[in-house]
Amino acid sequence: MVEENRVTLRGMWSSMYSKRVELALRVKGIEYEYMEEDLMNKSMLLLRYNPVHKKVPVLVHNGKPVAESLVILEYIDETWKHNPRLLPEDPYERAKVGFWANFLHLQVFEALAVVFTSEGEVQERAIEQEEVFGVKFIDRDKYPIISSWVMSLTELPLVKEVIPPREKLAGIFRFIRDKALKSSAV
Amino acid sequence: KLLSPSHELIRQSVHQLIAASENGNSEALWGAWPSPFSYRVIWALKLKGIPFEYIEEDLFNKSPQLLQYNPVYQKIPVLVHGGRPICESMVILEYLDEKWPQQPLLPSDPYERAEARFWVKFAEDKVSCSGMIYQTEGEKLEKARRDALEMLTILEEHGLNGKKKFFGGDNINIVDIAFGWIAHWMGVIEEITGVKLIEGNKFPLLKAWMHNFKEVSFISENLPNREKMAAFFRARRSMILSSA
Repeated sequence: MVEENRVTLRGMWSSMYSKRVELALRVKGIEYEYMEEDLMNKSMLLLRYNPVHKKVPVLVHNGKPVAESLVILEYIDETWKHNPRLLPEDPYERAKVGFWANFLHLQVFEALAVVFTSEGEVQERAIEQEEVFGVKFIDRDKYPIISSWVMSLTELPLVKEVIPPREKLAGIFRFIRDKALKSSAV
Repeated sequence: KLLSPSHELIRQSVHQLIAASENGNSEALWGAWPSPFSYRVIWALKLKGIPFEYIEEDLFNKSPQLLQYNPVYQKIPVLVHGGRPICESMVILEYLDEKWPQQPLLPSDPYERAEARFWVKFAEDKVSCSGMIYQTEGEKLEKARRDALEMLTILEEHGLNGKKKFFGGDNINIVDIAFGWIAHWMGVIEEITGVKLIEGNKFPLLKAWMHNFKEVSFISENLPNREKMAAFFRARRSMILSSA
């Protein structure tokens, strides 16, 4: 890879935010170098590239870091303007995408994170919240459109390449959940 | 609620307005005077010289139009252009920047745009700090205060460090607008709760930025009255704390 156009992604294999960026790079056919971060032992580079949050993913292009997965996605679309486009051309359509991206992040992922790291009453309330969207317990009869969208997505070869094996994910999620429950236990 | 003649007139003009915006002739902004999110859109419209009609929404008695235009959240601000609604203040701002490129809110270079969007996201994630302060007391208030201080420290050390007058350089940009609530709303929250955040010699860069921000004409001419705001938030605070 030529130095000036070098693209590096600092990520973590089980992080869905990291996977978003990997998927986008692959969809666009952009060559990149992947560096796995150990979140228990963050690299000096990560702390330098993302001093505010110290989180993955961070995309480094021409030596300059970009943090926040959705911001990275927009950066990719604006820098590599070839097809396929990640965002629509029309400003109104882009606004709709922006709205739903925010909704997904706030209402679904944040709610899921709470469900995941809590139990009892806190978890009950969080489940109620994402029952509205119904992602976790995607009942095919209750949410046919969402179910079929998820199916179509997971059948795409690029997506299959990027999603980590189920058992591996289950393992790490169990670890994170136990850790979270222990630290919040009185 | 009895409809007085003036109410009827208001209703008629709102209907005309909706009809006009559906013809693609004007912008209509549904807002609420105490809301910093509402003002973000007003500032952007004023900066770009975009004519618009403003409709004050009663947040305790939401209009059917609002529920129709923002069915997901039922919140302001909502911008309606050509009959099509756009929700979420920062989404509206990016939309305005794309349709009216004069007085740009975002830089043109993709890397600088990414930097700006990073700070916009930070502003969005942290704006609830202010909200949490006036809505809580005791331990929860203490936590909210710590969160707010952490946010301000990051802004001072990483956001404003090395910047000129504004996040946008010599002129206000989307990041300045996103943080506008700090310049005017936060002082009111500090006053009504007695929780001091920006005091003494702390946050010199932030203090300078707040001062510069409020000096800009299209900002200073478009700010809600401070006393009115204090009264409003004080009342809201009592209501929330007494029903908790």
